[in-house]
Amino acid sequence: MLARIQNNRNALGLLFMVPAAVLLLLFLTYPLGLGIWLGFTDTKIGRAGEFVGLENYIFLFGDSVARLSLFNTILYTSVASVLKFLLGLWLALLLNKHLPFQSFFRAVILLPWIVPTALSAIAFWWIYDSQFSVISWVLMRMGLIDTYINFLGDPWMARASTIAANVWRGIPFVAISLLAGLQTISPSLYEAASIDGATPWQQFRNITLPMLTPIIAVVMTFSVLFTFTDFQLIYVLTRGGPLNATHLMATLSFQRAIPGGALGEGAALAILMVPFLLAAILFSYFGLQRRAWQQGGDR
Amino acid sequence: MAEQKETVGMDYLQSIPRRWVTVYIPLGIFVFVLLFPFYWMVMTSFKPNEELLSRDGNPFWLIRPTLAHFEKLLFHTPYPEWLLNTMIVSVVSTFVSLVASVLAAYAIERLRFQGAKPAGLAIFFAYLVPPSILFIPLAAIVFKLGLFDTRWALILTYPTFLIPFCTWLLMGYFRSIPYELEECALIDGATRWEILIKIILPLAVPGLISAGIFAFTLSWNEFIYALTFVSSSEVKTVPVGVITELVEGDVYHWGSLMAGALLGSLPVAIIYSFFVEYYVSGMTGAVKE
Repeated sequence: MLARIQNNRNALGLLFMVPAAVLLLLFLTYPLGLGIWLGFTDTKIGRAGEFVGLENYIFLFGDSVARLSLFNTILYTSVASVLKFLLGLWLALLLNKHLPFQSFFRAVILLPWIVPTALSAIAFWWIYDSQFSVISWVLMRMGLIDTYINFLGDPWMARASTIAANVWRGIPFVAISLLAGLQTISPSLYEAASIDGATPWQQFRNITLPMLTPIIAVVMTFSVLFTFTDFQLIYVLTRGGPLNATHLMATLSFQRAIPGGALGEGAALAILMVPFLLAAILFSYFGLQRRAWQQGGDR
Repeated sequence: MAEQKETVGMDYLQSIPRRWVTVYIPLGIFVFVLLFPFYWMVMTSFKPNEELLSRDGNPFWLIRPTLAHFEKLLFHTPYPEWLLNTMIVSVVSTFVSLVASVLAAYAIERLRFQGAKPAGLAIFFAYLVPPSILFIPLAAIVFKLGLFDTRWALILTYPTFLIPFCTWLLMGYFRSIPYELEECALIDGATRWEILIKIILPLAVPGLISAGIFAFTLSWNEFIYALTFVSSSEVKTVPVGVITELVEGDVYHWGSLMAGALLGSLPVAIIYSFFVEYYVSGMTGAVKE
């Protein structure tokens, strides 16, 4: 009897896994392996490639544009993630106060995150327009600048502008997730701390941060993952320009592989993202998650 | 920063002016910055071209609102077709993913078949694989299967990021349903399938809604697959259509671009406004698990 149920359960379990497994194996696992293989070939669109060993990788390491894209990706990810974290945490702390219309604020703040990035990027494109930018218009009127700012035309300005747009889009996710974490911290901890005479800063440093660390680790890991592999925002705003100054590895691999036709080289570039991505994830996950989650604390 | 952390119970200790400086003003700035691009989208899409391309006058307000951009968008571009495509692709891939995810999550979380643990872990890792490293080999596969430039290319590839997410979310929901219910039903002679359909699913409706709207939004927003796997206008989705076809030459039609962005954002925004709570619980649930 028991054996029959056990049998059933295994058979049924595998049967239930079939739809998900077929889709994922065919369109996720297989392409992942194929991508690694393509990276070692000189496949072009419409022409099957041959195995060329590490040629693609050697070429990419010597290619100044590819190296620049690596630099850009690291810069973009680190600056945007730090900003998203600081601003997101600040916003979460603000939202955690007893506010009138709290749920309204929470709903409105998530908007940038749910709207298609490609479409909100168009709004940023227009806001960053070199001739009709509203930011330039305001700064002009205030007398702070005398020519319109070339937001997307100057390399460093373009980097800053794309990072700003990415931060704009990422803050809601960080803020709302951290807010959920904040709401699980028991108020009695703060009451005890203030009876002991802790200043608000000490309370933040010694209660809020340690209690929030596990969630911060997860949220920032995801945030780093999404930022590192970002594609849409750059593709819409600059297509990697000016002078490849904003090319990320994802946009460069698209450009080499699809319009450029060099599937092998593009795949190699995409695969190159993996070690860096793993390093970034491990860093943000284990670097932040030093303390285990200890409900209630053990002081 | 020091002043930011006060507890819920002790807010009354803060004086009103201080609360303004430390809470309301920063919050106001946040809300302004986060919402400004949307305000700007709306303004631009209703402005006539002369007003758009003039530097005099106040750009923050409409003087003579016009529907010309929407008219152009809806009647002189394939935009309605893109909307329809996006809708079809999102609905079908969401549905497919939900069915597959419910079965997988139930098998992993409740049937506990041999290998359920590694399967759950594999699902989690699948969630971490970003589309931007998959799209090149996927393009080759889509081409080989003869799906290139069809809606099927998108419907079948979107589940690669929807299924891991939905399964992960639903596993959390199923975990919260007491085992006793299932045991009772088993004793009464129900089959596993009946239990799933008649007991688990009705109890997991909030989870299904979370997963469903999340999956819908994710597929509505998808860009890189749609950009790569589809090339003719009739099968494009809104984000890709707007970027690749409305942007032409050196003269940008900002009005219709913004109208396109606005109309393309509305469906997700409307769905979102009805299900905010589910959405937030889906997002935070996925992070906390």
